[in-house]
Amino acid sequence: MHSHFSVRVAEVQQGEGKMKITGYCDKLSAAPDETIKFMVNCELPTYTVEVVRLICGDTNPKGPGVKETVVKTPIDKTYKGRKQTIEAGSYVTIPSNPLLERLGSFSLQALIWPTTPEKGRQMLMAKFRERDKAGMALVISERDSSVGLVLGDGHGHEEILTTGKPLLAREWYFVGASYSAETREVALYQEPFAHYPLVSDAAEVHTKTKIASIGKNQSPLMFGACRSGTGRGKLDSKYNGKIDRPRLANRVLSRAEMEMLKQGPVPVQLSSAVIGSWDFSRDISSLKVTDTSPNSLHGEVVNMPARGMKGYNWTGEVMNWREAPEQYGAIHFHDDDLYDAGWEVDFTLTIPAALKSGLYAARLKAGAEEDHIPFVVKPAPGKEKKIAFLLPTASYMAYANEHFATNAALVELVGGRLAVLDKQDLFLNEHREYGTSCYDSHADGSGVCYSSRLRPILNMRPKHTSTLGGFGSMLWQFNADTHITDWLEAMGYEFDVITDEDLHYQGFELLKPYRVILTGSHPEYHSRQMWDAMMAYQLHGGRLMYLGANGWYWRIAYHPEVPGLIEVRRNEGGIRTWAAEPGEYYHSFTGEYGGLWRRQGRPPQMIVGTGFTAQGFDISAPYRRLPDSLNPRAAFIFKGVGSV
Amino acid sequence: MLTVYKVGEHDRAVVEEFHKTPIGHHSPALQRVLNVFRSEPTAGKYVLICTKPHKQWVLGQLTGERGKPVKILKDQVFTRLEDAEREVFHCGCQRVHIRILARYP
Repeated sequence: MHSHFSVRVAEVQQGEGKMKITGYCDKLSAAPDETIKFMVNCELPTYTVEVVRLICGDTNPKGPGVKETVVKTPIDKTYKGRKQTIEAGSYVTIPSNPLLERLGSFSLQALIWPTTPEKGRQMLMAKFRERDKAGMALVISERDSSVGLVLGDGHGHEEILTTGKPLLAREWYFVGASYSAETREVALYQEPFAHYPLVSDAAEVHTKTKIASIGKNQSPLMFGACRSGTGRGKLDSKYNGKIDRPRLANRVLSRAEMEMLKQGPVPVQLSSAVIGSWDFSRDISSLKVTDTSPNSLHGEVVNMPARGMKGYNWTGEVMNWREAPEQYGAIHFHDDDLYDAGWEVDFTLTIPAALKSGLYAARLKAGAEEDHIPFVVKPAPGKEKKIAFLLPTASYMAYANEHFATNAALVELVGGRLAVLDKQDLFLNEHREYGTSCYDSHADGSGVCYSSRLRPILNMRPKHTSTLGGFGSMLWQFNADTHITDWLEAMGYEFDVITDEDLHYQGFELLKPYRVILTGSHPEYHSRQMWDAMMAYQLHGGRLMYLGANGWYWRIAYHPEVPGLIEVRRNEGGIRTWAAEPGEYYHSFTGEYGGLWRRQGRPPQMIVGTGFTAQGFDISAPYRRLPDSLNPRAAFIFKGVGSV
Repeated sequence: MLTVYKVGEHDRAVVEEFHKTPIGHHSPALQRVLNVFRSEPTAGKYVLICTKPHKQWVLGQLTGERGKPVKILKDQVFTRLEDAEREVFHCGCQRVHIRILARYP
C-alpha cells in the first residue's frame, strides 16, 4: 500500500464479488428450428427462466430505461440450481498408454522459457497424480525456483530433487532429468542459453533418491500442469512459460544422448529408447500435438495455450512461423488460459418458427439474483427484411470479461474520473477462472491473444455499465448497442439481427438480401472474411450505416477447427494495452499477419470513410458540421440537423 | 508516477476549478495536477462501486494484487459521482500539502 492519505473510514469490507447465477450458451445466433444449448451455474436451490426480447439495457434514469419483453417459449420453467465451476489453465495432454505405464527407468528433457519461476511448483512434463503422489514429473521447484525431478511412490510419499540454482524468468534453458529404477540414481541438467555476469544458473547434479519405484497412475502424460486425480481431478501446479521440444525416453540417457535428441528427428540409435518426441511446430493452427517418434503418442492442447510462439532457436531473421516452423516449436502456457468452460447443459431452446429475428436473452432469476444470456435470432432463409443490424460479436469477444477497472492503473487517467465498478467487475476481479479479454495480460504479464465465448461473458449483458463508457449511462459495446435496437423499435422499423460470426462464416451471401446494414457502436475487430464481405456488399450497392467509431481497426482470425474462438496479435503500433513480442506477429490460427488493418493496406476509411486517430473516455461532445455536409447530395442525411 | 511535475501548494489555484467542475474539460493547470494524482500505482487507488444503479456508490480501494477483493470503504457512500470525485481530489491535495481553504458546499 503506498502513501495515499486516506479518507475517513470506519469500516472496511471485502469480498463483494458474488454472483450466484451465471451462464452461457453454445452459439451466439440461431435461425428458426435451430437449437441453442444453455449452461448455467446456480448456487441457489432453483432458478426460473424466461426468454426476453432485449430492446434497451440502459439503467440510467435519464435515459430510455430498461426495456425487454417476455416471449413465451417451452423453456419457461423453474430449474434446479447446481454449481458449475471453471477450470482455467492450459496444458498438453497425451492419453495414458501401456508404453507410459510400463516406465521404470526414464529420462525427461525439454527446452523451457519460464515466465514465473518463483511462483511455486510448476509442472513441465508430468506423469503424476498429486492425490497419492504417484508417478514422476520434471518441474520448476517450489523450494528454490530451480529445475527439479519429482518422484512419487503412489503411497503418499514423494521426493523432489532439484538443481538448487534459481531459473531466470524469460530466458531459455535446456533442462533434463533421468532416473534409474535399478540404482535409484538421478541426474539433473539445467543449462542456460544466455550467460550473465554474477548469475549462477547452470547446474548438473548426480544424486540418489530414496524412492525405489515409481507409483503407477493411469494418468495422462501432461505438459504444463498435472491433476490431483486420474479423471477430471483438480488441475495442479500450473506452469507459466514456454516449452519447446519435450522428449521422454525409457532408460537413463547420457547428456550426450539427450543432446542428440534435442533438436530434430529421433536418431536411429535412440529409436528404441525414445517413448515420445513432440514437435509443437507441427499443426500450429490446430489443437493437435504431434509425436514424431515411431510410437505416435499424439495429444492435444487444452484451454488454448499460445502457439506459433518463438522457440529456443529463433534467430531473429524470420518473422513468420510459416516460413521457418522449426523456429516456432514453442507453446506458451498460462495458468489462466481458458477456452471452453465445458459446463453441463441445463436446457435447450429450439428457435420457434414464429419468433422474429432480433436480440434476445434467456433471463435467469434466482431469488434477488439475475443473469441474462444473450443470443440472436436470425431470420429464416428467404424471410429477410430490408434492414439488418450487424451485432459486433467479434468486438464483444475481444472485450470479453475485461479487467480494466481492477487491473489497469490508467483507467482513471484516461476516463477523466474515478473508475466505477458494478457487480460483474467485482465478480470478475475475484474469479479469474472466468478468463481474460484480449485487453488483459495473463498472470505472467504476457498479452492475451485469444478469447473464447464458450464461458459466461459477464460484460455482454443488459444493465451492465462499463468504466470505459461515456459519463452518464456509462455504456460500452453490447449494452451500448441496445440503444440501437431501442431506436429501431421506437421508430417502428422491421429489422433482422445478424452477427459478426455469421458474417465470417457466410460472407457476402449473408448481406446480399439487405438494402441497408447498421453497425454497432464499436465494430472494432474484423477477420479477412468479414472485411471482404462488407467491401463486396458496398461495391454491389449496399448501404452501410456506421453508427459507431474505432471501426475496422484490428485484424482477427477465427480458429479453423473449433467454434467461438478468436485471435488478436497486437503488433507494431495502435492504441493497445499490450504489445506482441517481436517475431510473434502472425496469427497462429491462420498464418495471417495480425495487427491493425491499416498497416496491411486496408485502412478503415476504405469501408466507412473515416478512421480512428485518437481516443478519449471522459465526456461526450456533439459533432460539428463541415462545409461539405451542405452538399445537396448529403441533404437527406442532414434533414432536421442544424446548420454549420 | 508517470510525470516529473511536482504538485504542491503552488497549484492551490486549481482547487476551486475542480470543485466547480470535477468531471469535464479542465484548464491545463488543473489537468496537469490531475494527471499526477491519477497516475498513482494501482495499489491503494480509489475506485467507486455502484450499489444502486445511477443512484448510489461506495468508495473502494484496489489492492494492486491480482484477484484480491476490492476493499470497500463502507461509510464512504455517495449519491452524486461529483462528490466522490471531490473527496478523492481532497485526498490527493492533502498528500501533496495543498491546503483546502473551503470545502465544496
